[in-house]
Amino acid sequence: MEKNSAVAIHHVKSPTGTDTLRGFLRFLLGELKPKGKILTPFNVVSGLIILGGLVLIVIRFAYGLGSITNLSQEYPWGIWIGFDVVTGVAFAGGAYTLCFVVHILNFKKYEPILRATVLNGFLAYCFYAGALLLDLGRPWNVINPIIGNAFGYSSVLFLVAWHFLLYTLCQFVEIFPAVTEWLYWPKVRKYAKACTTGAVIFGITLSTLHQSGLGALFLMASNKIHPLWYSGNIPILFFVSSVFAGLSMVIAESSLSHRIFRDQIDPRHHASFDDILLGMAKGALGALFAYFFLKVIDFVHGSHWALIDTPMGYWYLVEIIGGVVIPIVLFTIAILGNNVRLVQITAFITALGVILNRLNVSVIAFKWYSANRYYPSWAEVWVTAAVICLEIWAFRWIVNRMPIMSEHPAFPEEEKAHPKETEVLRWKVSAS
Amino acid sequence: MTISRRNFLKIAGAAGGALLAGGRKPAAAATAPPADPKGMEFYGMLIDTTKCIGCRSCEEACNEKNRLPKPEVSFSSETVFEKKRDTTPGAFTVLNRYPNPGDPDKPIFVRKMCMHCNQPACATACLVKALEKTPEGPVKYNKDRCMGCRYCMVSCPFDAPKYEYDSALPYLKKCVFCFDRVKNGEQPACVEACPEGASHFGKRRELIEIARQRIYRNPDKYYPHIYGEHEAGGTSMLFLSSVPFEKLDFRMDVGTTPYPEKTTGFLYAVPHIFILWPTFLYGLSYLTHSNDKETGHGEE
Repeated sequence: MEKNSAVAIHHVKSPTGTDTLRGFLRFLLGELKPKGKILTPFNVVSGLIILGGLVLIVIRFAYGLGSITNLSQEYPWGIWIGFDVVTGVAFAGGAYTLCFVVHILNFKKYEPILRATVLNGFLAYCFYAGALLLDLGRPWNVINPIIGNAFGYSSVLFLVAWHFLLYTLCQFVEIFPAVTEWLYWPKVRKYAKACTTGAVIFGITLSTLHQSGLGALFLMASNKIHPLWYSGNIPILFFVSSVFAGLSMVIAESSLSHRIFRDQIDPRHHASFDDILLGMAKGALGALFAYFFLKVIDFVHGSHWALIDTPMGYWYLVEIIGGVVIPIVLFTIAILGNNVRLVQITAFITALGVILNRLNVSVIAFKWYSANRYYPSWAEVWVTAAVICLEIWAFRWIVNRMPIMSEHPAFPEEEKAHPKETEVLRWKVSAS
Repeated sequence: MTISRRNFLKIAGAAGGALLAGGRKPAAAATAPPADPKGMEFYGMLIDTTKCIGCRSCEEACNEKNRLPKPEVSFSSETVFEKKRDTTPGAFTVLNRYPNPGDPDKPIFVRKMCMHCNQPACATACLVKALEKTPEGPVKYNKDRCMGCRYCMVSCPFDAPKYEYDSALPYLKKCVFCFDRVKNGEQPACVEACPEGASHFGKRRELIEIARQRIYRNPDKYYPHIYGEHEAGGTSMLFLSSVPFEKLDFRMDVGTTPYPEKTTGFLYAVPHIFILWPTFLYGLSYLTHSNDKETGHGEE
């Protein structure tokens, strides 16, 4: 199949005209223009949020972090780290999990949602980890640990910083075939696809280490985090929870995408979509079970019974029961009854539980004894919302142009292509 | 800490050397290099709270030495003691007043500043080595490297580093133990200014000896504990007191394990995962894909 389409492709000029530099630039300029209606309610609201966020960011850089954030000497990290980075990266865990399932375990069933997931992961790292720059006092010095202006190897953050950078590159390599299809570069695509397995293996390794590394960041805050949340196992807990955090986010995100980008989706994929969601629910359930038992071991091992009957203890129960036990029960019911709707609702609850857990470790149970508790300022929340809106805009821009939700008609996956499609392709190519 | 380690290494080296050489050349073991190439011992500061009269000379000297902004309330005023204070980006050391159960007329004054840990959490946390433990003892700050991530503040068990949140070009601010003086063996500004000898400068090992002697000779006057000898793995700042330290707001939950050791387990696992994970993943991928080729996909 591949051979056939490749032969066909070689006979014609690129339909996008991107085989010359001038054509490439013209194509890019054309694609930059917005598609569809501009003044939709979503665009207006998100546009205003982004605009306001940009103003706030200017104020932040002109007058310092204290001008718009509630950060203090007691709370050096607020929601820009606790939510944007720590939670955002956990949600991006779906990308490495699905890559493992599709590329390593060779489960082709999940292929239709793989590109959207990897794209989401890539954008999450670009935007949410990128939001880290807003939080740095001197963001231009962020290159110091990369260029070797004194390597702090002993720092967990050194490891996390390098892994963020390398993993973002890995995800770019994983998503790059879609870019080559969009630009109609069949030769480049061939090489890009050849790199995928390597990028996936490297990417999963990096993810294992920096998902757990984000938890390891808090190991030295042993006398600041409430004992119900502090544990020497925090790296493992962060890693395991990133699996169900990622999967529940993929379930939620793909359910939304399926409505919004309905017209782009292959009808065959529509049919298999319920099956895919149920499969992912099973994966999330397994990870939730493992996580729950790890939490129980930690709890029993730390003999924390006395702490349960305190305000922080109740809060801990809210997180464990609401974010772990209830999802376990609901996912089980949904899987046994093939109830896709319930899978989607449970994924949403699970995601909330993960947000709660990450915020607890980084902000809420951090200095729980302090008299001057940290609450995010409205500006911190606004900027976070602006970052999320920007990410959605970027996601939408790419999905509306590149073959993310479905295959590019000219580049069908080898396994799925059947004669009819090749006929269509030949016809299309000869017609152009 | 260093000296004990050095002595330990000397003894271990002597024993090891004797074992290796079969007891024939004990002289070689005796010349075993010290743990620190410079043979340096950490300097420290012994703060005897029973001697402090709360004159705030140390605060004033620190302010002048580090060219910090002048405070709103003058250094001769005692009104500052009405509230408990913490160090700020503009004040690297502050005194706090506590009631004295033994003698209500003589309150206890406690200095607060960076503890200059033997194995500092902040320097371990710093990914650009902006914070560094020097062989002389001070934890110094290389401001040009700092990116302002504030991970040091999250990690420090004593909350010593403070940040300039109100500046567009912020730096981290904390006591650096007058590194420019201490590296030449000179005493820091606060010690020089102290009229009562409540803050005493010297080699850490000697200071611990002095502190022990004081406790031993005046068992009624001192609470038998040197805060900083073992706290967080040992600190350069050592405190003596007449009352238990928890009554003076000292953190009693820092433990005796050096803070960097809390992350070593994780960091040591990294190279293993980096080697084993890709090997395992590649093997798994090879096995799960071995059927693909046999069915001859992509060929006609």
